[in-house]
Amino acid sequence: MPDLDQIFDRHAGREGPLLPILHDVQEAFGCVSPEAERAIAQALNLSRAEVHGVVSFYHDFTAQPDPRPAVQLCRAEACQARGVEALVAAAQAAAGTSVRLSTVYCLGLCSSGPAARVGDRVHARLDEAALVRLIEDAR
Amino acid sequence: MTVVRISDDALALACGADAVAAAFAAAGCTVERTSSWGMHWLEPLVEIDGQGFGPASPVDVAQILAGTSPTAIGAIAAHPFLARQQRLTFARAGRTRPLSLEDYAATGGWAGLHRARALGPALVVGEVIASGLRGRGGAGFPAGIKWQTVAGAPGARKYVVCNADEGDSGTFADRMLMEGDPFQLIEGMAIAAHATGSQRGYIYVRSEYPQAIAKLNAAIELSRGLVAPFALEVRVGAGAYVCGEETSLLNSLEGKRGEVRAKPPLPALEGLFGCPTVVNNVLTLAAVPHILREGGAEAYAALGMGRSKGTMPIQLAGNIRHGGLFETAFGISLGELVNEIGGGTASGRPVKAVQVGGPLGAYVPPAQFDLPFDYEAFAAADALIGHAGVVVFDDSADMGRMARFAMEFCAAESCGKCTPCRIGSTRGVELIDRIRRGGGQADPVGALPQMHNAPKAARTLEEDLALLEDLCETMQYGSLCALGGFTPYPVRSALRHWPEDFRKRKSGA
Repeated sequence: MPDLDQIFDRHAGREGPLLPILHDVQEAFGCVSPEAERAIAQALNLSRAEVHGVVSFYHDFTAQPDPRPAVQLCRAEACQARGVEALVAAAQAAAGTSVRLSTVYCLGLCSSGPAARVGDRVHARLDEAALVRLIEDAR
Repeated sequence: MTVVRISDDALALACGADAVAAAFAAAGCTVERTSSWGMHWLEPLVEIDGQGFGPASPVDVAQILAGTSPTAIGAIAAHPFLARQQRLTFARAGRTRPLSLEDYAATGGWAGLHRARALGPALVVGEVIASGLRGRGGAGFPAGIKWQTVAGAPGARKYVVCNADEGDSGTFADRMLMEGDPFQLIEGMAIAAHATGSQRGYIYVRSEYPQAIAKLNAAIELSRGLVAPFALEVRVGAGAYVCGEETSLLNSLEGKRGEVRAKPPLPALEGLFGCPTVVNNVLTLAAVPHILREGGAEAYAALGMGRSKGTMPIQLAGNIRHGGLFETAFGISLGELVNEIGGGTASGRPVKAVQVGGPLGAYVPPAQFDLPFDYEAFAAADALIGHAGVVVFDDSADMGRMARFAMEFCAAESCGKCTPCRIGSTRGVELIDRIRRGGGQADPVGALPQMHNAPKAARTLEEDLALLEDLCETMQYGSLCALGGFTPYPVRSALRHWPEDFRKRKSGA
């Protein structure tokens, strides 16, 4: 288990270190727990309310870990224009409860949607079969 | 040995470029990974001795090497999609390796910075003003004037912040620039720092762009000595669309909630940590090295129309046959872009609407396709250029649903600071739902006992439509920033041009 102090040390001397720290905590622990919020507040001389306010503002930070593999499906306008909404039911069925299928607004692949992201890999030109395969492979 | 060039841009990767590259390597070729030419329907696009093959998959490798592949498109640079463009910001697209300092220097890299250093700050600002460069993020504010304000502002510490939080659907030019030509952005920021007396710079990139983040970090490391004493750092966003708004972005950089700040004070006077700060979009800063080269400012100002000078990297997206990056001088018509260059819809059906400028941009019907790409012409037509994303919809699109989505998106992404945006967007979703169900239904919120002034009887459809107009006006003029302020654009334009899509449907949707 990585140490919170190590993360704080990594960002020592940085201007506005809260977001970089939260990214590292989310990455290391899979969430930013209330305990972590308390420790971060202490380390940065902020109130717990200030830290919690930031954590709860951004979509990327979660209060609880979710160990399931994550698939992000873009459902913004450009992907809608290319038919992503017709794929959603099949994607949800394929994901079931074992894959965390979430909506993202834009992966910047707008000329070649529908698009999805798994980890740091992106996928474009998805049809129903390709998307279902992608979700099944993510399990 | 055959040298094969394949892009490592995120879009090429998403279309399978790595597998194609591996197949060529396995066939004994030397594979060079370059930036993308921006012809997205051809990705993964393979280049051998200037000849293009695309879209290529690993099974095409043998035929491509034998010269018998049906994917051949001839000489890439002569392709009509590229030949019609005027590329300044994207002059290197497809031609160089993104992280090669050698390629960058060989294609005129750092010339702008060297000249800027020789000229001195005041003359640099003067050249940027003379070029007519306006902010490419959407607002279109003259970049040179902003720099002048920062340069003249008192303060020992000053910052250059690059807004790379490209969250608008239908836009990807920032991403392509950061992944394909990161040194050009760094050079532009170094020039801005020199001109304004800034010591530090931040590039705020959205977390949805992992490849861009990796490329920028590597490029900053490689060029550290070249831009010193200016020091640069990448900061990663955390999934909040509103952080593309400059004051919200500054709050986020400071480690706060990404809430919008009231203006004034302008960020140019009191920006990051209260210090004078240049906040410019990726494309604005990336246009600067070209402008600062010998004669660059005059050449830039000679392009375009009216007060929209220079070139705009336009992004053709959505349901379009030939999607990708099309950089050209301002003044090109929307119809030319969509029908001639983009080849109409990918589905082959008629074009119903295009949304220009992202989720906050108006839906434009084909009847207005003579509209020239120009900030003022778009504003006069109640539309915006924004970041120049053009998203095409075919006739299967339900514009009533798209209007509802605009409100829904605003509700999901509102920072919550101002009431018109935070509450208006949610009420807007409910109202559009009632209208689409045929009207004449009671408003459950209006029926609450504490809503003393709301009518208790159900409104008619006409009254609901009038209420939607009122709501849009309140959001447009009462919101703190463009998120709430521009959400009415897609809603009103959809209502104006496709009122039939707001009528009650017989079944479903």
